[in-house]
Amino acid sequence: MQITLKLYASLSDYLPASAYRNQLVLEVPDTATPQSVLLKHNVPLEMAHLVLINGSYIAPEQRGSHLLQANDVLAVWPPVAGG
Amino acid sequence: MAWTRKVLRVNLTEGTCMPEPLNMDWAMQYLGQRGLATKYLMEEMDPNVDPLSPENKMIMATGPLTGTNASTGGRYSVITKGPLTGAIACSNSGGFIGAEIKMAGWDMIIFEGKSPKPVYLFLENDKPTLVDASFIWGQSVWEADKKLRQKHQDPLIRIATIGRSAEQGCLFAGVINDLHRAAGRSGVGTVMASKNLKAVVVRGTKGVANIKDPKEFMAATRKGKQVLHDNAVTGAGLPQYGTQVLMNVINEIGAMPTRNWREVQFEGASKISGEAMHEPRASDNKPNLVTNAACFGCTIACGRISTIDKDHYTIVNKPEYWGASGGLEYEAAWALGSDTGVDDLDALTYANFLCNEDGMDPISFGATVAAAMDLYEEGVITKEHTGGLELKFGSAEALTTLAELTAKGEGFGKDIGLGSRRLCEKYGRPELSMTVKGQEFPAYDARGIQGIGLAYATSNRGACHLRGYTIASEVMGIPHKTDPLETEGKPELVKAFQDATAVVDSAGICVFTTFAWTLDDIQPQIEAACEGDWSMEKLVTMGERIWNLEREFNLKAGLSKKDDTLPPRLLNEPAKTGPAQGKTNELAVMLPEYYKLRGWNPEGVPTDETRQRLGLA
Repeated sequence: MQITLKLYASLSDYLPASAYRNQLVLEVPDTATPQSVLLKHNVPLEMAHLVLINGSYIAPEQRGSHLLQANDVLAVWPPVAGG
Repeated sequence: MAWTRKVLRVNLTEGTCMPEPLNMDWAMQYLGQRGLATKYLMEEMDPNVDPLSPENKMIMATGPLTGTNASTGGRYSVITKGPLTGAIACSNSGGFIGAEIKMAGWDMIIFEGKSPKPVYLFLENDKPTLVDASFIWGQSVWEADKKLRQKHQDPLIRIATIGRSAEQGCLFAGVINDLHRAAGRSGVGTVMASKNLKAVVVRGTKGVANIKDPKEFMAATRKGKQVLHDNAVTGAGLPQYGTQVLMNVINEIGAMPTRNWREVQFEGASKISGEAMHEPRASDNKPNLVTNAACFGCTIACGRISTIDKDHYTIVNKPEYWGASGGLEYEAAWALGSDTGVDDLDALTYANFLCNEDGMDPISFGATVAAAMDLYEEGVITKEHTGGLELKFGSAEALTTLAELTAKGEGFGKDIGLGSRRLCEKYGRPELSMTVKGQEFPAYDARGIQGIGLAYATSNRGACHLRGYTIASEVMGIPHKTDPLETEGKPELVKAFQDATAVVDSAGICVFTTFAWTLDDIQPQIEAACEGDWSMEKLVTMGERIWNLEREFNLKAGLSKKDDTLPPRLLNEPAKTGPAQGKTNELAVMLPEYYKLRGWNPEGVPTDETRQRLGLA
């Protein structure tokens, strides 16, 4: 199935060159979780502070078990703030 | 230095500048800056005065940590009654002039009355002088700054000045210091213009003194700086991407107000984001962002210094804008961009430059342009009103033209200068104004982030994110993550953020430290700097006291429970997309509980018991 992966701020370094504007469409297995996708892209899990699926927050304890669905958008940030 | 214990009182009507001792009894109750200056206003002025009359007073106030080596200890505020809101106004700025006022030997400067002709204050340590400002009246901030430097021939003076927008009566004009730092909100610059006061020019050479325990203070500030350095947000995220890193975050969670809050996600967000500011341009292979920048004493350095593409239509024939200057912060990028539907990063940067150049609050300016675009799309405003300008959402040309016109108070820019509420009232559609107490919203949709809706509705200075930044918790998980779509627990969260922020502001440091610091990190710095007892318990109570004092000011100014609300669009029109799809803001659920937590009666008035507990009776 396909999902969209978005990595922002300093995590954009972990995106392949084919990514455009911080995102790319990925083929992932049905068993994929946010954690498995991040590990596949060598993103240090301790840097994955804000993890969203379709805009909704996924708590750290759910990131290894929450199964991604087809067409999900997985967006991840390191610790950031503003205002 | 902690307090200098000196206040400069400038009577502009009489043309006098008199020193007087700081009221230390009040300082012990309100610390400094925001809290202490509000106390002075309450004691000296009727909150019912016309904000633009000579009877209104305007205070430039530092905190006890301003000018010290506490990280971010460069903040000062302009406190007055705001003409945009009719409420207490307190606009906080960084840069360097706050520390300079302190090093000249003053805790605050109180301006009263109205000068018969334009003047500026030149303050050289103990020597204040009111100087004829006819040579800079009618000039922009940048031009006035240049001419003042030519006149005084001292490269180390610090300057805060108003631009043409304030002189022309724009109700959201700010006071700009150090060319692009702003006491931006609520129209404090318009008050300054109403007093015929063009600028404050300061040179202070007295350095640091009056620290209660210098050795302990050094240890406490060093420890605080280490915390900021080691924190991923203040040590890495903010310096690298600035506040603009939020553009994609807030859009992703479906809380990005778009096209005057018609929608909650902006398709052009990635083009105007912090990440986009790092992307090389096609024309010269250089990014919008040149470097980051720090205010006085700051070890975070979130400021943005940017350039505009020289080939961009806005500046192709204007070499005066080819250099680097203050770039987009998130709130400005949102108001100028998403809220107007414009996704042209160079156009936004140009509009932001003009806001700095002529002293306009970019949040209120952008949001008022968005309201005008809404009125235009609804057919209420036509080209006859706008002088031929097509005000469609997404028009970069409309945005930048209106920035030029509003800066100078010309054409339809005069209407934009009214601010969103008065503009929408003028054209018979008040419900399209996205404001609280007459002040335009910042960049977070309260349908997708419930707590911030309560913070907006109850903010003492009108819609504002900096009076209770619940976004830290509801979105970023600082200090702990709460669900942005839930209302439960939000009244407690809003109150806690509001009270803590009042302490931070009144100390003279930056609220951005609180992404890493809690009051546990700040209290030892205040305790070591300031005489007296500054226990955690006292600080927490003081924050609550300041909040209630501001509330008392507003109640006396005629505001009431009816002003603690949100526009109908947020209460009745559900979000169309994203996680909040179908949701409105549930203010009615949160507000009564908030009043109760505050110790206010159901009408939003502090009870006698609350007043006595806080020493406000």
